[in-house]
Amino acid sequence: MPRCDRMVDAGRRKFLGGAGFAAAGAAVSTIVPTQSKAAPAAARVDYPSNRLGNVSELKLNEPKNVAYPDDDAPGVLLKLGKKVPGGVGAGGDIVGFSTTCPHKGFPLSYNTADKTMNCPGHYSRFDCEAGGQQVWGQATQNLPQYVLRIDDKGDIYAEGVDELLYGRLSNVL
Amino acid sequence: MAYKRQIDRLPIIPKDAKEFNVTCHYCIVGCGYKAYTWPANKQGGTAAGDNKFGTDLAKQQPAETDAWYAPSMYNIVSQNGKDVHIVIKPDKDCVVNSGLGSIRGARMAEMSYSQQRNTELQRLTDPMVWRYGQMQPTSWADALDLVARVTVAVINDMGEDGLFVSAFDHGGAGGGYENTWGTGKLYFGAMKVKNIRIHNRPAYNSEVHATRDMGVGELNNCYEDAELADTIVAVGTNALETQTNYFLNHWVPNLRGTSLDKKKAEFGSEPVEKGRIVIVDPRRTVTVNACEVEAGKENVMHLAINSGTDLSLFNAWMTYIADKGWVDKALIEASTTNFDAMKAANKTSLEDAAKITGLSVDEIRKSAEWIAQPKAGNARRRTMFAYEKGLIWGNDNYRTNGALVNVALATGNVGRPGGGCVRMGGHQEGYSRPSDAHVGRPAAYVDKLLMEGKGGIHHIWGCDHYKTTLNAFKFKQNYKKRTDMVKDAMMTASYGDRPAMVKAIVDAIKKGGLFAVDVDIVPTKIGEACHVWLPAATSGEANLTSMNGERRMRLTEKYMDPPGQAMPDSLIAARIANNMERVLREQGKNDVADKFKGFDWKTEEDAFMDGYHGHEKGGQFVTYERLRAMGTNGFQEPATDFKDGKIIGTKRLFADGKFGGKDGKAKFMETQWRGLQAAGKDDERKKFAFLINNGRANVIWQNAYLDQDNEFVMDRMPYPYIQMNPKDMDDLKLNAGDLVEVYNDNGSTQAMAYPTPTAKPKQTFMLFAYPTGVQGNVVSAGVNEFIIPNYKQTWGNIRKLSDAPEGARHLTFKSFDYTA
Repeated sequence: MPRCDRMVDAGRRKFLGGAGFAAAGAAVSTIVPTQSKAAPAAARVDYPSNRLGNVSELKLNEPKNVAYPDDDAPGVLLKLGKKVPGGVGAGGDIVGFSTTCPHKGFPLSYNTADKTMNCPGHYSRFDCEAGGQQVWGQATQNLPQYVLRIDDKGDIYAEGVDELLYGRLSNVL
Repeated sequence: MAYKRQIDRLPIIPKDAKEFNVTCHYCIVGCGYKAYTWPANKQGGTAAGDNKFGTDLAKQQPAETDAWYAPSMYNIVSQNGKDVHIVIKPDKDCVVNSGLGSIRGARMAEMSYSQQRNTELQRLTDPMVWRYGQMQPTSWADALDLVARVTVAVINDMGEDGLFVSAFDHGGAGGGYENTWGTGKLYFGAMKVKNIRIHNRPAYNSEVHATRDMGVGELNNCYEDAELADTIVAVGTNALETQTNYFLNHWVPNLRGTSLDKKKAEFGSEPVEKGRIVIVDPRRTVTVNACEVEAGKENVMHLAINSGTDLSLFNAWMTYIADKGWVDKALIEASTTNFDAMKAANKTSLEDAAKITGLSVDEIRKSAEWIAQPKAGNARRRTMFAYEKGLIWGNDNYRTNGALVNVALATGNVGRPGGGCVRMGGHQEGYSRPSDAHVGRPAAYVDKLLMEGKGGIHHIWGCDHYKTTLNAFKFKQNYKKRTDMVKDAMMTASYGDRPAMVKAIVDAIKKGGLFAVDVDIVPTKIGEACHVWLPAATSGEANLTSMNGERRMRLTEKYMDPPGQAMPDSLIAARIANNMERVLREQGKNDVADKFKGFDWKTEEDAFMDGYHGHEKGGQFVTYERLRAMGTNGFQEPATDFKDGKIIGTKRLFADGKFGGKDGKAKFMETQWRGLQAAGKDDERKKFAFLINNGRANVIWQNAYLDQDNEFVMDRMPYPYIQMNPKDMDDLKLNAGDLVEVYNDNGSTQAMAYPTPTAKPKQTFMLFAYPTGVQGNVVSAGVNEFIIPNYKQTWGNIRKLSDAPEGARHLTFKSFDYTA
């Protein structure tokens, strides 16, 4: 039947539907066959809180290479100069993204002129000023963006990612 | 904020997961996929021994890995009544896509019906009928009885011409050999229905009549030819967006020069270089940009012609090439007719063509050289010609198609490696029907007849005229009026009183009403006007065979249950036939009833064996079991043998110089330029300010029938975009994302303004067939002599409706073009 517009809560719904099942299964895989009781597991992966840099290191529209949640997952911190979705800091303009294309895993390059991430593999591009929305391309998800926190000293911490990273079936390995 | 799934982990495919062959059910390319399923309470592990890939998944996998899948490739579905995990991922061993997934196909799992994860719950689960003033569920027996009784009543009254049909003729979802045969046997076998049309056009005709009339079937090469060509000529095809993995996996290697080894292996001492490309398109598309990125600007010629003037360009190419003597004289002599007459009739100077097309004389000459100037050592240049909707839905379809085939034929590029003159295709193909000769030529203009009040009942199979036809605004107004008459009449009888209900319907039909039956997988826009909806199963919910743009036939195996009571179209057609037979016998019309015999199919495989296996060329070699063994690579039609456990196919058509004419030859066609051919188009051009060019976008499949229920897509495309030159937007005081009205004398519609610096002033491009803004509303009723519509040459005015609505405020409006 036609449904009412539920776009607003779509993210939450998918989380409950998808990740919940994943977590239940993850517990099963760790037990030996003779056991009958699964160990309790969290509903989501536990993201590390990693310091990626300090606001003083960021220059306007100059990408700073980082990695999160581990060294095998390259990413970038950007200060965009205007308040943007997912942005933190005084200006709400500091964002972090994975730089691995969610289509086929090629490394993205940053276009400073229009603040997009571009993939040389199959021409996908993502808008860093629009939450990593795919402007055009082959990925079936928008660019994974970091959940960032800045402490009193101006240290920038990543504490989560909002989409599955390419090349891993769990964001935290 | 852009839509994010907040999924940070996916279940792992266990080693013992079931595996199914899948061909993507969307576009013509037909990429190979594999579906993996396993019980809901199980999963694989990260250790190499615990997963399907035999890979340590606790490590980051590299680019292009086979051992990863996106959240869009995962779901939980029902299989034989049990919940199972499913992953549908691109198959790296399929020669079509080599593991690539497009933004459409790589969402197949997420676009499956899942009560468990709330995806595609829009799917129809029950037959639905108009009862007590709204659509209500009912049983198959009840719905089929109503459909059969009203259909028989209309035929009794008006003859078979009172039954109007709209039906898919293609492969993939909403089509396939089983289902075209099922519907074909019903309407062309049991009956001889004449008032029938195809899903995307208002009559029952070929989109490429001309090439067929010339004896050159339109899918005559193989995808490898795009890797082997010296030059690719792309006419009205935006392949990166609409035949994505064909472009990425077979065109790009040639443009990059990475297929040179293949060329050397194939052609020996013949000089070879990396490929060049000529793109004929009034619009600078992402395809043009990508070609320039890969091949370098010096190897890409974008001929941005005046919209609708392709024919003049092709005639000028033909004239110049013939004058230079760059034609294949031996082939013309041995295998063709009418060359001299064609050459004389089509004579067009570079200067005249330049005036008409808006190109320079140099551009036309240079492109002709790229097409046909012999290579070093006087070796014939290998040129592949590919065309699609820019030509097919463009001005003067028949002649323009013929004019392009003239050039390909004359230069010896049909049936040869690195050549071909092919349509790129929209859907996959999957046509198997009894003869349609009774339909006639030109075929009936079905939409027009419906609008004029003709016919009493309309059977609709996987079509949505409200979104995808021309003159859609006026069509919808008329159609609603006629079907509302029947709805109102149905309110006057008790639903359970079948004789009274049928009488009420038939009386309303006699007063000009129309009874409409919609067979589809989802509620459609035209379905809003219908009285019965019959729920169909789609690809993967039933076994389905189709072929792709290089005639590659595969079987998509059934991997999940259809929603609720949904059935494959082939079986719905059979059950309609069974019920019509029953009603006819009840009425004592046994001679007519006898024509409805032969529909005792229990499964879609029964329909396949009756249809493709029993009737199509080479079909005797093809069975489900054999196709299953051929996997995602299948074979290229037609089959010629079954040997050593394999179906033997045909790599290229016409490789032996024998063409499809009755004399075994191809016939050149006289194709003089005659301006904008369809009635009223030239006046429309003069009267309205903007060209409203139109077509597909990468992210959307067809009319968004499944995408409209997908958050990822609707987040990006809440409204259809209209690409506009920024200066034009300034003049109209428009900001990015503003809703605009596009209007002309045909009707009006809405779109979301998308600033596009590469768009020429006063030339826009609007996404077609979208549920939240139907471009067809402003397309005129004008057609060619064979009732082929002209969607592309549409002109209208534009005015602002409102600021960007909430759903469009978070969107990016940056350029689609990749930058290095």
